[in-house]
Amino acid sequence: MSDNKLQIPIMSELAAQGVEPEVLYWVGCAGSFDARAQKVAVAFAKIMNEAKISFAILGQEENCTGDPARRAGNEFVFQMMALQNIETLNMYKVKRIVTACPHCFNTLKNEYPALGGNYDVIHHTQFINDLIKEGRLVMKGGSAFQGKRITYHDSCYLGRVNGVYEAPREILQTLDNHLVELKRSKTNGLCCGAGGSQMFKEDEPGDKRINVERVEEALETGAEVIVANCPFCITMMFDGVKAKDKQDHVMVVDISEMIVSNKRL
Amino acid sequence: MIQQVLFAIVVVAAFGFAFRKYSQIYRNIKLGQDYKVQGNDFERFKNLFLVAFGQKKMFKRMIPAVLHLFIYAAFMITQIELLEIFWDGFFGTHRYFRPYLGGFYTFVISFIEILSVLAFIATVIFLARRNALKLPRFHMDEMTGWPKWDGNIILVMEIMLIIFIFHMNGADEVLYNMGETEYGEKGSYGFAISQFVGPLMFGWLANFGDLGVWTLNILERVGWWGHILFVLGFLVYLPFSKHLHIMLAFPNTFFAPLNSRGEMENMPDVMNEVKMMMGLTEMSADAPEGDLPEFGAKDVFGLSWKNILDAYTCTECGRCSTVCPANITGKKLSPRKIMMDIRDRADEVGRHIDAGEQMKHNYDDGKSLFDYISREELHACTTCNACVEACPVMISPVDPILKLRRYEILTESAGPGDWVPMFTSIENGGSPWQVTDARDKWATDAIEDSKS
Repeated sequence: MSDNKLQIPIMSELAAQGVEPEVLYWVGCAGSFDARAQKVAVAFAKIMNEAKISFAILGQEENCTGDPARRAGNEFVFQMMALQNIETLNMYKVKRIVTACPHCFNTLKNEYPALGGNYDVIHHTQFINDLIKEGRLVMKGGSAFQGKRITYHDSCYLGRVNGVYEAPREILQTLDNHLVELKRSKTNGLCCGAGGSQMFKEDEPGDKRINVERVEEALETGAEVIVANCPFCITMMFDGVKAKDKQDHVMVVDISEMIVSNKRL
Repeated sequence: MIQQVLFAIVVVAAFGFAFRKYSQIYRNIKLGQDYKVQGNDFERFKNLFLVAFGQKKMFKRMIPAVLHLFIYAAFMITQIELLEIFWDGFFGTHRYFRPYLGGFYTFVISFIEILSVLAFIATVIFLARRNALKLPRFHMDEMTGWPKWDGNIILVMEIMLIIFIFHMNGADEVLYNMGETEYGEKGSYGFAISQFVGPLMFGWLANFGDLGVWTLNILERVGWWGHILFVLGFLVYLPFSKHLHIMLAFPNTFFAPLNSRGEMENMPDVMNEVKMMMGLTEMSADAPEGDLPEFGAKDVFGLSWKNILDAYTCTECGRCSTVCPANITGKKLSPRKIMMDIRDRADEVGRHIDAGEQMKHNYDDGKSLFDYISREELHACTTCNACVEACPVMISPVDPILKLRRYEILTESAGPGDWVPMFTSIENGGSPWQVTDARDKWATDAIEDSKS
């Protein structure tokens, strides 16, 4: 795409031109501010460019969905964020939302309706999987991940909470790797330790960090790549890999990054 | 005749006592807030049939599932025989249904006997597993003292029930073999197990003539009375036991929420207040006056009745705690303990009300759920829902945990210190991290990069 620069349109600018994009890309706080998750955000934007999706982000008008506040117990802060976001989304008559964060996905999909926000919400792994199935995104042979032994970590909020287990796995099948399932996967998947607002506090006293427990399990598979679908899982899993001093041997990536590598975007 | 009178007295006493205890439990469950049963009934019946009757979720672990199925099936099918026991007990008859049902009677009792043997084997394995094999989930902190006893008492009672069945059928069989029944001639009931086990246990008594017959009749009565007394004992014991799941699993799966696990219950009061603050709705003239309302749950009164029903349904199997990421990594949180604590507290509140020391309204004994559940436990939950997934009877330990967190944050303004800056950042900057960059800087940077 060297001749064709990356497009990441802002909703307000499109609205000013009277353009209604097909889908709103909800970036989330991690995608917006966390250095590691920003890379995933860019990767996903590249994929949408490649598939010629008409999309937009809210940019400055996006706020935290309120998920971490709500799970911590702070309903006031949650309501402030949620109602503000719903105002914005409804103003732009948004119908379809795609997000690369399972926590945003869950809150937008399952919690905003009770507050007056009704959208068709889809996780980026489902979105990408649909693009592949529709032939709008065709995988090439060969990439940095080709032939590698990989393992896939189900995030709680995509997997157990929302029942999405197959879409990410179907994408992995189209890439040329060797997937080894974790001992605890799908409905039995083990949390990375970040959910329920744990991301924003120290662990309670215990024998071990949850991410270390999970990474040890991932290392048992002998995988060189741990694939995740959630910015918080990526942080937790990478911290766990570092705690085990395996950062030179094991990568932690989002599925979208594997596609970018495959397509050399 | 004496036996009939005695039977009637025992049955009335047991049912009377049980009625009182079950009413108290019903009352304790209703201490909770209203819980809106939403969604369609077809889905609810599906859960009732698949999860409760069909034990679908038990089959995530095959071996205990099969063993449990034996006990469950034996329990269910024995209810048929119980009908006859009650009839015989009240009217002084002996195997009242046999002449009417003929071969079908033999089939039913044989079926019960076969299941009873399987249940016997399963119960012995469960006892061994609980005590000798030291399965970790039966030896966590909350499983000491009474809960440990409870688990064993139930299993021993089950063994006794089964032994008495064979005691009764066995003695009857030998009497029939000797021609000492109301049917006259010598014969056999032909029940699958007792036609062999009976003579093995009591056959030697046939050598003692009338004394043997007399003894066998006594033994038959011992079996009959032993069985019914243990059945009634069960009925009376259940309200004190974790074994109550054999009844409550049915309503609990039926009333289990059908909405997404990911949806925390909305708080319309808070929503409306925030809406007013944001100028999204008109200030209402009748704004709530006086004390600030209590948000979240501090005690059983702040939970929903479904949360309390969950607690009474819990059979303390501990599947939830073995999959809890916090528990696995040595944190204090054990979802099973949360459910046990809620039940214990509901029982305590109920006792104070029954003793007339407290009223349901304005209840205050100076204690709350926080005296049972520590902050450390509440703060350790990642809301991963592994416990919810694992529970064979559709209990949610996550729901009450989050309600207690709401109380802590909204009503007490307490909670983990680390969360305070997170709340402030979200409120002021729209992100859980304090950041100075524009929210779309990542995009402008990436676009810039793509040009070069």
